[in-house]
Amino acid sequence: MSSIILDIAVLLYLASTGVYTAFFFTRKDRLLTTAQYILIGGFIVNSAAVLARWIEAGRIPATTLHESLALFAFITVSLYIIALFRYKQRVLGAFVAPFALIISIIAVFMPRGIAPLSPALVSYWLPVHILIAIAGNAFFALAFFLSVMYVIQERHLKQRNFKGLFFVMPSLETLDELNYRCLQIGFPLLTLAIVSGAIWSQNAVGSYWLWKPRQIWSLITWFLYAALLHGRLTAGWRGRKAAIFSGIAFATLVGAFILINLLLGGAHGLAR
Amino acid sequence: MNLVIVGLNHKTSPVEIREKLSFPADAIGVPLKKLLSNYGLNEAVILSTCNRVEALGIAPDMEKGVWQIKRFLSDFHNIPLETLDEHLYSHCGQDAVGHLFRVAAGLDSMVMGEPQILGQVKDSYGHAVQFNTAGVVVNKLYHKAFQVAKRIRTETKIGESAVSVSFAAVELARKIFGTLEGKSVMLLGAGEMAELAAKHLVNSGVKELLVANRTYERAVEFVKGFSCGTAIMFREFPHYLKNVDIVIASTGATNFIIRPEEVLEVMRERRQRPMFFIDIAVPRNIDPLINNVDNVYLYDVDDLQGVVEANIQERGREAETAEKIIEEEIERFDRWVKSLDVVPTIIALRRSFDAIRKAELEKALPLINGGNLSDKGKKALEAMTAAIVNKILHSPVTHLKKESHKVEGDLYVDAVQKLFDLDMNPDAMKKAQNNED
Repeated sequence: MSSIILDIAVLLYLASTGVYTAFFFTRKDRLLTTAQYILIGGFIVNSAAVLARWIEAGRIPATTLHESLALFAFITVSLYIIALFRYKQRVLGAFVAPFALIISIIAVFMPRGIAPLSPALVSYWLPVHILIAIAGNAFFALAFFLSVMYVIQERHLKQRNFKGLFFVMPSLETLDELNYRCLQIGFPLLTLAIVSGAIWSQNAVGSYWLWKPRQIWSLITWFLYAALLHGRLTAGWRGRKAAIFSGIAFATLVGAFILINLLLGGAHGLAR
Repeated sequence: MNLVIVGLNHKTSPVEIREKLSFPADAIGVPLKKLLSNYGLNEAVILSTCNRVEALGIAPDMEKGVWQIKRFLSDFHNIPLETLDEHLYSHCGQDAVGHLFRVAAGLDSMVMGEPQILGQVKDSYGHAVQFNTAGVVVNKLYHKAFQVAKRIRTETKIGESAVSVSFAAVELARKIFGTLEGKSVMLLGAGEMAELAAKHLVNSGVKELLVANRTYERAVEFVKGFSCGTAIMFREFPHYLKNVDIVIASTGATNFIIRPEEVLEVMRERRQRPMFFIDIAVPRNIDPLINNVDNVYLYDVDDLQGVVEANIQERGREAETAEKIIEEEIERFDRWVKSLDVVPTIIALRRSFDAIRKAELEKALPLINGGNLSDKGKKALEAMTAAIVNKILHSPVTHLKKESHKVEGDLYVDAVQKLFDLDMNPDAMKKAQNNED
C-alpha cells in the first residue's frame, strides 16, 4: 500500500519538476505558483506514504534504502515548505522538486519489502537517531541548493549575463545568509546524529564506535562541515567559495549515504 | 456606443509635428468645449503630452466622429489636413477602448511600462470633468482605464525592472545585497550622474554617503543635499574603502584610481563582505581586473546600459501578459456599454413594473368579495392596473427615448437602471424573456 502511494508522490514530483522547468523558460509567475502547489501536493502524498509505511512496519520506516529515501524526500520538502512560508524563497522550490523527484525515484526502484529489524537494534534511540540524521541531511540539502543558486547568480552578475534566471533569483546576500543558517542548524544535528548513533550502537552491540564505513563517512562529512563553518567564522569564507565547499560536502554526504546503504544494506551494517 | 480616438504619437510622427499639435494644459477648456459645440461630439477628452496628442470623443456616428476630430485638429492648429493626415491614427469602438487602456498602462509609451503616462491620462480626464465634457461613458471608461492600468501594474512585472542607467545601478545593488538598508556608499567625484545614482540609493535606504571630490569644497557643497552625507578628502578615500559597500566612481582621472591589489587588501580587511563598484567615468576610473576578485562586482557604463537593454526586453515579455488582461477588460467594458442601450432598458423597466402589478393583483384578488369576483370584475381590475402602470410609465419612457439621442442620454439610461434596480445582465434579460414566453 505505502509503496503505491509513493509512486503517486513520484508522479507529482515529476509534474512539479516539469512545471518548474517550464517556469525557467517562460518566467511566468503563474507557472511558479502552479509548480509550488503540485510540489505541496506531492509532499502531502509523500507524507501519507511514509505514514502508511510506518503503520505497516510498526516502527519508523528507515531500515531499508527504500524507506529512508522516502523519508529523506519527505523531510527535505517539508523543510522547504517551512522555509517557503518563512522566507518566501519561491525559486528555491525549482531545485527542491527535482531533488525530491530523484530521491523518491531511487526509493521506488529499491526493493520494497519490509525488512525485519534485528532485535538487538530495536531501541528508543533508533527513531531519535534516524530523524535527527535525516533532518540534518535535509538542511544540508537545502544549503546545497542555495549554493547552486548562489553560483548561478554570481556567474550572471560577474559575466553580465542578464537573461533567464537572472531576473527571478534572490539576491546574493540572501542566498549566502540562508545557506549559513541551514549550516548552523544542520551541523549541530549532524553532531547529535553521530552522538545518538554512538549511544544506540553502545546499547545494541556494546560499543560506541566500531569504525564501520558509515561511521567513518559521517565523521568525514562532519569534519568537512566543521571546516566550512570554521572558515566562515574566522577566515570570512563566504559567497562563491563557501558555496562550492558546501556543494562538495553535500556530494560527499549523499554519495556516502547511498553507496554505503547499497553496499551494506540498512542499519549501516551494524547488525552483521 | 460610438467611441472614437484620433491622435498621433512618437511612433507615427516626428517631434516637429507633435509640438505643433500640442494643447497647453492651462488652456485646455477652449478646445474641449469646441469639440462639443462645433464638432458635434457628445463627450470629449484631450490628452496632450510630449510624446502624444490624442482626442477622444463620443460621437453620434463613428466615421463622422473620426472625420470631425481630424478637422478639429487641423482647424485648431491651423495645419492643413493633408499634411497632418499621414501622421494620425484613429481607433473606433472596442478598438478605441483597448487603445486607451494600453496608453494608460504605459504599453504604448516610448519606454514600455513607464508610470508617468497614467498621471497624464488622469489629468486629461480631470480637465474633461472640470469643463463638463465628460459624460457617463467617459466617466466609466476612464475609471475602468485607471483600474486596468493598476491591475497590469500589480499582475505583471512591466514596471519592475529599471530602464535608466542610474536605476539599473540600484537594481544591481539589490541583486547583490538584497536590501540596501544600512549599507554605505562612497562617491568618488561629485558629478550629475553620480548625484542621481546617489539619490536613488539613499531613497532605497542607504545609511551613509561618503563623498570625495578633487576640490573638497565641491564635496562639502554636494553633501548638503543629503542628510546622511559626509565629505571626505579625496586623497584619503582609500582608507574608507573597507567600510563602504558600494563605490560610484565618476572622476576626471585619466588613470585607474582603484587597483586590484588594493581591493584584495580591502576585501581581506572587511572579511570578504561583498562590494559593488560602479564606474560611470569615461575614461574609466577603476581597473576592470577587480571584477575577478572574489565577492567584488564591477560595472561600467556599458555594462549598466546592457542591464537596461535586457530589462527593456524583459518588459516586452510582460507586455504579452498585459495584453491578455486588456482583452479581458475590453470585454467587460463592452458588456456594460451594451447594457446602456435604451430599448432593452425600456423593456426591462416595463417588465419590472408589470411584475409588481401582477404580484399585487394576485395578492388583492382573493380579498375582494371573499374571492368570488366575476370574470368581468377581474378583467376590469386587470385593465385598470395595467392602465395605471402605462400612464405612470408614459412620461419617463417618452423622455428616455428622446434624451437617449442627446449628449447626456446615457446618463438618463444609467440613472433609470439604477433608480429602478433593473438587472441589465444579458443572461437575466434572456431568462425574464423566457419566463414570459
